[in-house]
Amino acid sequence: MKCRRCGDRAALELRRHNTAFCATHFVEFFRRQVAEAVRRHRMFGPDEKILVAVSGGKDSLALWDVLIEAGYRTAGLYLDLGIDEYSRESRQRCETFAATRGQELLVERVAEAVGAPIPDVQRATRRPPCSACGLSKRYLMNRAALAHGFEVVATGHNLDDEAATLFGSVLHWQTEALARQSPVLAATHPKLVRRVKPLYRLSELETAAYAFLRRIDYIVEECPFARGATSIAHKEALSRLEEASPGAKHNFLFGFLDRARAAFERTEAVTLQECATCGQVTTGEICAFCKLAARVRGAEPASTRPDP
Amino acid sequence: MKVILRNPRREVDVVGRRRVREILADLGVVQGTVLIIRGDELLTADAMVGDDDVLELRPVMSGGRR
Repeated sequence: MKCRRCGDRAALELRRHNTAFCATHFVEFFRRQVAEAVRRHRMFGPDEKILVAVSGGKDSLALWDVLIEAGYRTAGLYLDLGIDEYSRESRQRCETFAATRGQELLVERVAEAVGAPIPDVQRATRRPPCSACGLSKRYLMNRAALAHGFEVVATGHNLDDEAATLFGSVLHWQTEALARQSPVLAATHPKLVRRVKPLYRLSELETAAYAFLRRIDYIVEECPFARGATSIAHKEALSRLEEASPGAKHNFLFGFLDRARAAFERTEAVTLQECATCGQVTTGEICAFCKLAARVRGAEPASTRPDP
Repeated sequence: MKVILRNPRREVDVVGRRRVREILADLGVVQGTVLIIRGDELLTADAMVGDDDVLELRPVMSGGRR
């Protein structure tokens, strides 16, 4: 198989685009796709400083690499989940990446914020670990961005992640989740930062190939708590569809974003307020993260914030 | 040739000159769910590989709620 651009031996076949690229032209393709995502959704401007949430995996480190190479001002944010060896190795990958590129890396420990590392959170609350982990990540990303003066957080969600999330939401007709699914989540409150997904146009295979070709040392091993996760089952089902019908995932996600998402956008306004415990934004009196932390610590959340 | 698979990590011996696509099918690996790595290069599924090669089929799927 030959590169569509130069005719050299191809390194990667992109069946959904009915094309193939050599290493050099694939890297160019990948960066163009990120630039197109940023431009199309006005994710951030050239002068904004971007906080990149990094896990040590292929997606987030590939994203950070692209943004650095494109000349953006960035810092990384690593959330230490406290999952034993997995967290130690993933943090080391992020620290090495940041150090070799002269970038700042912020580190937040979930155990400090919620009262216990993720494995203990699961035992204390009997919540699925991915659920508590996702909630903690979203909360801590926003809190860290506010504390350090960032207006935008970029995450490494790729096309497969987004298609699997959409698939799960459709299976259960979670209309609120469908309304929220977007490459950009706008800052709808002064204490919410914008969240963007510049890799949403690129598949998991493509982010892995980019990381490999750029010699990024990422953690290949899967999070031990992801085994058996529903999102993995959805991804596997979609990959079977993709094998039989290249472009199926792309068409599913992009068709939704272009033609269906608007139908789910809520017409009624959601009232946002500040959590009585921590001051972060929530729709109720106490935010979901503080409720989780209270369960972990074995106490009900208390209203400790002084009256204004 | 030696084929290295992950999650869990294991090695499989494959005999003879074969196309990567055939090896994936024999091992039950869905095309597009792994990087096909030989040394420091990526291969496409139509590439021919032989007895002296070492292939790594590196999964690309990451999961959980992100």
